[in-house]
Amino acid sequence: MDKFKSFFLEQPIWAFLIAITVFFSLFAPNFFDIQNFENILIQASTLGIIALGMTLVMINGNIDLSVGAILAFCAVVMVDAQSWPIFAQLGDWAILGAFFMAILAGMALGGLNGFLVWKTGVNAFIVTLGAMIGIRGLVFVYTQEQSLFAMNFLFSDIGMSSVPLGPLAVPTIAILFLVLVALVHLLLTRTVHGRNTFAVGGNPEAAVNAGIRVGPHMFVNYLILGGLTGLAGVTLSSQMGAATPNLGRDYELWVITGVVLGGTKLAGGYGSILRSFAGILSIAILRNGMNMMQVQAFYVYVILGGILIAVLILDKQLSSRKVRLSEQV
Amino acid sequence: MPSSDDSSGELTSGTRRAAAQPPRASGPPEAGPDPVHQQSQEALHEAEEAVVAGGIGARFRALLGLDSPDFSWTKVLAKQGILLAFVIAMVGFSLASDRFLSFDNFSSVLRQSSIIGIMALGVTIVVISGNLDLSVGSMLSFATILVVDLHDKIGPAPAMAVALVAALACGAINGTLVGVLRLNSLIVTLGMLSAIQGFTLIYSGGQNADITNQSDTWFAFFGRGEIAGVAVPILLFLGLAIILEWVLHGTTFGRRVFAIGSKASAAEYSGINRVKTVFFSYLISAFCVWCAAVVMGSRVMGSQNTVGKGYELLVLAAIIVGGASLLGGSGKISKTVIGVLLLGFIQNGLLLLGFSYWTQWLVTWVVIIVAVWLDVGARRGRLLSPYA
Amino acid sequence: MIQPAEPSKTPVLSVEGVSKSFPGVKALDGVSFEVRPGEVMALVGENGAGKSTLMKVIDGIYQPEEGSVSIGGETVALQSPQDAKRRGIAMIHQELSLVEDLSVAENLFLGELPRKSLGRVDWKKLYADSRRLLDRLNCQFSPRALIRNLTVAHKQLVEIARALVYETRVVIFDEPTTSLTDRERLLLFEIIRDLRSQGVGIVYISHKMDEIFELSDRITVLRDGTPQGVLETAETDEDSVVERMIGRKVSHAARTDFRSGEDVVLQVSDLWSRGAFREVSFELRSGEILGFYGLIGSGRTEILEAIFGLRKCYRGEIRVAGERLDKHNPEEAIARGIALIPEDRKENGLALSLACDRNLGMTVMNQWGNLAHPSREKRLFEEYREKLSIKAPGPSYPVDNLSGGNQQKVVIGKWLATEPRILLVDEPTRGIDVGSKAQIHQLLRDLAAEGYAIIVVSSEMPEIIRVSDRVLSLYEGRIVSELVGEEISEESVGRAITGVGELASTAHDSNTSPES
Repeated sequence: MDKFKSFFLEQPIWAFLIAITVFFSLFAPNFFDIQNFENILIQASTLGIIALGMTLVMINGNIDLSVGAILAFCAVVMVDAQSWPIFAQLGDWAILGAFFMAILAGMALGGLNGFLVWKTGVNAFIVTLGAMIGIRGLVFVYTQEQSLFAMNFLFSDIGMSSVPLGPLAVPTIAILFLVLVALVHLLLTRTVHGRNTFAVGGNPEAAVNAGIRVGPHMFVNYLILGGLTGLAGVTLSSQMGAATPNLGRDYELWVITGVVLGGTKLAGGYGSILRSFAGILSIAILRNGMNMMQVQAFYVYVILGGILIAVLILDKQLSSRKVRLSEQV
Repeated sequence: MPSSDDSSGELTSGTRRAAAQPPRASGPPEAGPDPVHQQSQEALHEAEEAVVAGGIGARFRALLGLDSPDFSWTKVLAKQGILLAFVIAMVGFSLASDRFLSFDNFSSVLRQSSIIGIMALGVTIVVISGNLDLSVGSMLSFATILVVDLHDKIGPAPAMAVALVAALACGAINGTLVGVLRLNSLIVTLGMLSAIQGFTLIYSGGQNADITNQSDTWFAFFGRGEIAGVAVPILLFLGLAIILEWVLHGTTFGRRVFAIGSKASAAEYSGINRVKTVFFSYLISAFCVWCAAVVMGSRVMGSQNTVGKGYELLVLAAIIVGGASLLGGSGKISKTVIGVLLLGFIQNGLLLLGFSYWTQWLVTWVVIIVAVWLDVGARRGRLLSPYA
Repeated sequence: MIQPAEPSKTPVLSVEGVSKSFPGVKALDGVSFEVRPGEVMALVGENGAGKSTLMKVIDGIYQPEEGSVSIGGETVALQSPQDAKRRGIAMIHQELSLVEDLSVAENLFLGELPRKSLGRVDWKKLYADSRRLLDRLNCQFSPRALIRNLTVAHKQLVEIARALVYETRVVIFDEPTTSLTDRERLLLFEIIRDLRSQGVGIVYISHKMDEIFELSDRITVLRDGTPQGVLETAETDEDSVVERMIGRKVSHAARTDFRSGEDVVLQVSDLWSRGAFREVSFELRSGEILGFYGLIGSGRTEILEAIFGLRKCYRGEIRVAGERLDKHNPEEAIARGIALIPEDRKENGLALSLACDRNLGMTVMNQWGNLAHPSREKRLFEEYREKLSIKAPGPSYPVDNLSGGNQQKVVIGKWLATEPRILLVDEPTRGIDVGSKAQIHQLLRDLAAEGYAIIVVSSEMPEIIRVSDRVLSLYEGRIVSELVGEEISEESVGRAITGVGELASTAHDSNTSPES
C-alpha cells in the first residue's frame, strides 16, 4: 500500500490520467469506447511522437522551441517531394522517397539546432527560439505562402489505414505511435546513450570528467528529436492529405506542456518516456472528453494552464516535504 | 560546505574542475596575486579618470573600451555589437533603397514596432530580474478584446479601466506564483499563456470584436492620433522607454531588480524583498501589455481572439537581440529599444528591397544567434564552446 | 630537497621539476613530488600554494611547461583525466561528481558502461562488477540504489569505489573529511589504510594537521608554488610542518588581549529550529568576539541564519538591546543593527555581475527611500576602499574581477555600511590567501575594540582561537560548552566537542535512522 502511495506521489501524472479517464467514462457519453480510444491515440500521436524526442532533449537540460516549425517544414517536404521529378519513375513508391526526404529534412534541421547548441554554447532556449522564427520563414519561402495538396490519394489512404489485430482494426498511426513509445523508452532506459542522457543533464561536469562527449551527445538527441518531428509531420500531413505553411504553430508549447506534466525537469537529469506519454495522453483525453461533453474547446486551455501550474506547486510541496522529512533529527 | 574560488587561487576545497571546461584549456589564472591583473586594474582606473576629465572623445573611447588594457575588437563587437549591427543595417538599407531614408518610412517603422516595443520594455524588466514572461501574448489578446468589446458597451474610458484591471490581475497572478511561491517562471507563464488564451476565448465566445463607430471616438487617439506630426504609439513607446529606463537606473526598485537577477540569494541576504520586487516586475510587464493593447485596439478598431498569439516569442527575440541575458542581472531598456528597432528596420528594409515579408524571419534567425553567440563568446574568451 | 627514492621502493608516481604558469603568475616552480606504493603521502600548503595546480597536472587537466610526470617509472604525457584514470591515477574530489538520478552502478562506470549489441547496456556485467567493487570497500548498499537516496558518506564511498574501477596505483584524496561525521571519518581512514596495505599509493591533501599526523607516512610541503621539502611524519611535528607552510616561526605567545565586553546587545533564549538546533541560549556583549566552533551540521551557521531572520524557529526568542525581534526577516534584522557576513560569498554575499558600488549599496538602499543615489554609492565605495584597503580600480568595476580577498572585503564593507552593532561572521576566511586572512583577523579584532559585538563561526580551530574572547562549542545542534578568555586553547576547545561528542552520539543513535 505504501509503495502504491509513493508511486502516485512521485508520479502524479498516472493518478491524473486515471482520474480523468474515469471521470469522462462516467460523464461523457460515448467516451468509453474502443473506437474513441483509437481516436484519442491518433489525436495524441502528432504531439506524442514529438514529445518522445523532446523528453530526451529536456533530460539533457536543453529545450526545443522550433519543433512546430520543423513539423511544418517536413510536412511540406513530404507532400511536395512526391511530385519531384527524381521520384517520377517510382510511381506509388515516390511516397516512400518523399518520406525519406521528410525525415532527412527533420534530422537536418534538428541537427542544425543541436550543432549550434554544441558549437556556440548559446543557451538552447535562444538557439531554438531563433530557429522557430527562421524555420517558419523557410516554410514560407518554400511554399510561397500556399498550401500544398498531395496528388496521390494513396498517401492519405495510408494515413487513414488500419491494421487488423484480432477482432480490432487498429489505426496504423496509433500502432506506429505505440511502437515508437516503446522504442524510445528502451533507448532511454536500456542503452548507453540513454543512460548518458541522464548523466549529461543531471551533472554535466561529472559527465565531461567521465569522458562523455557532451556536445556530440546533445547533438545526437537533437537529431533524434528532428527525425521524430519529421515523422510527426509525415503522419499529420498524411491524415490531412495536405500541408499548410502555418501547420504546427503552438505545437512547441503543447509538447513542452505535455512533457512537463509528465514530470520531466526543465533543469535536466530527470524524466521518463512513459510519463511524457501519459502527459500527452492526458492532454488528448481532456480535449476529446470535453468535446464529448460538448464543453467549449476554450475551457481546455484554461484547464491545461491550471494543471500545468498545479503540477508545479505539487512538485514543490512534495520536494520540500521530503527535505523536511530528511532534516528531522 | 565546499566553496569555490577561482580568482583568489587555490582553495581549501582544492581541485574542483571548472565546470564544462575542456580538460586542456589553460584555464583562468589560479593564484591570487596577479600582477597583470593589478596593472590592468590601475590602467582601467586611469582610463576612468580620463573619462571624467575628457570630453566627448573620451566618452566615446570609454564606450568602446579603447583605453582598457585588455582591449580587443571582439570585446567591442560583443559589447556594442548590437549598435554596430544597427548602424550597418541602416546604412546598408539607405544605400540599397532610396525610399528607406525618409521621415515617413521611419515613422511607419516606428509605429509598426511600437506594440512589440511597448511589451518588450516591460518584459525586459522581468528578464533582468531573472525570470521570463511568456504570457504577454495571451494577455495582449485578452486586454485588446476587452477594450474593443467594452468600448461600445460601456464607453472608452471604463473599457480601458476594465482592461487595465484585467491585465494587472494577470500580472499579479504571475507575480504571486513566481514571486511568492517561487515556481519556475518559464512554466508558470507558459501555463498562464494557455489559461489566459482560454479566458479570452470564453469571454468572446470565439467571436471577434469590433468598434462600430470608428470615426467618432476619442479612443482612436491612441492608435491613430498624432502630436506635432509624430504618431501617438511612437510617443507612447519612447515615453515609456524613458520612464522605465529611469525606473531601472534611477530608483531603488531598479537596483533591487538588478540585484535579484544577478544573484537572488545574495540579494535576499542583503535584506532585499525578493517577493515584492518580482511581483512588481510582473505588474509592470502587465501594465506595458495594457498600453500595447490600447494602442492595438485603437489602431485596428477591432480585435481577433488570437491577436497576440506568438508575440511573447517575438518580444523575447527583440530583448535577446538587445543583449539582455536570459539568466538575469544584465540588460538595458535602451538596448531593448535598439533590438526592437533593428528587427523593425530589417523587416521594413527587406520589404522595400522587394523581398517577401517572411524573409525577415530568416534574417531574424541569423541575427539572434549571431548576436548571442558573440556575447557569450566574448564572455568566455573564445568563440567555440568548450564542449568536446 | 627531495630525498632520493630507495631502489626497492620505486615511486609509483613521481613528478620531476614541474613548472606551470598562468598569465601573470607562476603557479608551480620546479616542483618535484613522489608517492611510493603502499604509502600515504600528505600534501600540505596554504591556499594558493599550488596544491590544486599540482594535482591538476597529475590528473591530466593541465600540461606542465617544464618537467615530467612518470607513473610506475615510465614517463607519461597525460592528456585528460580519463587518460590519468586509465593509467591508474584516481582523484576523489571534494565536491562529489555523481549523477543523482542514476544508480550506484551506473555512476561507478559513468562514461564507460559495458555495452552489448545495439548500444545496449550490459546490466549483468555492470552489476556484477559493481558488486565486486563495493565489496572491496565493505559497502552494504546495493549497486542498484539511486545515488539520490544515499547519505553523504555513502556517496563518498561510491566516489572511492569509482577510483578502483581501473587497476588503481594512486588515489588522490582532496580534503575528503569536510562533510563527514566523526564515525564516517574513521570508516574512511580504515578504507585508506586498507588501500595502502594493498600497495596503492595515496596522496592525502588536507588542512587538518591531526588527520595528517594520524594517517600519513610522509609529508610534502608546498609554499608559493615551490617545494619546501619532504618530511617523515614520524620524525617531525606540527610546528615544523606549519613553519614550512607559512615560511616563518610559529609563535606560541599566549594571547593577552582578551576583552570581556560591556553591555549585552543580543540575547538568545531557548531557541529551537527544526532539523538544525535546539535549546540555544546565549548572550552577546558589545566589544567582544564570541566564537562558535563546531563541525559541519552542528547548527552553527543555522543559528546565525535564525538570528538574521533567514530561518524559521518554532520556539524561543531573540532580543536586540532588550527588545524582541518579531518579524524575523533580514529587513528587520538590518534595521535593528544586525549584519550577517555569509560563508559562501559567491552564493550569498555578492551579486558578482554587478559593480562594486552597487554591491556596497545593496544593504543600505532600503534606508535611502525610493530613489537610487549613485553619488552615495560612490562615496560608500571610496570610504570602504580606504578603510578596508580594497584593491579595486573604480566604483563601477565588476566585483567578479576582484581577487577573493578583495571580494570578501567588499562583503564586509557592504555590511559595515549598514552601521550595525552586531556582526555575525560565518567562516570569514574560507578560500582566502594567507595575507588577507591575517588582515581580516586583525580587522575583526579592531572592530571589536571599536565596540562592535561580533560572533565568528569557523571550522578552523586556529582561527577561532586567534580571534575569540569567548568560545561556544556546538555539537549536533546544541551548545555543549563555554570557554572564556584564557581557558581557550586548542586542547580545551577540541575536548569540548569530542568529549561530549561520544556521549551525544551514543544517545543519539538509538532513536534515529542513518539517513541524514
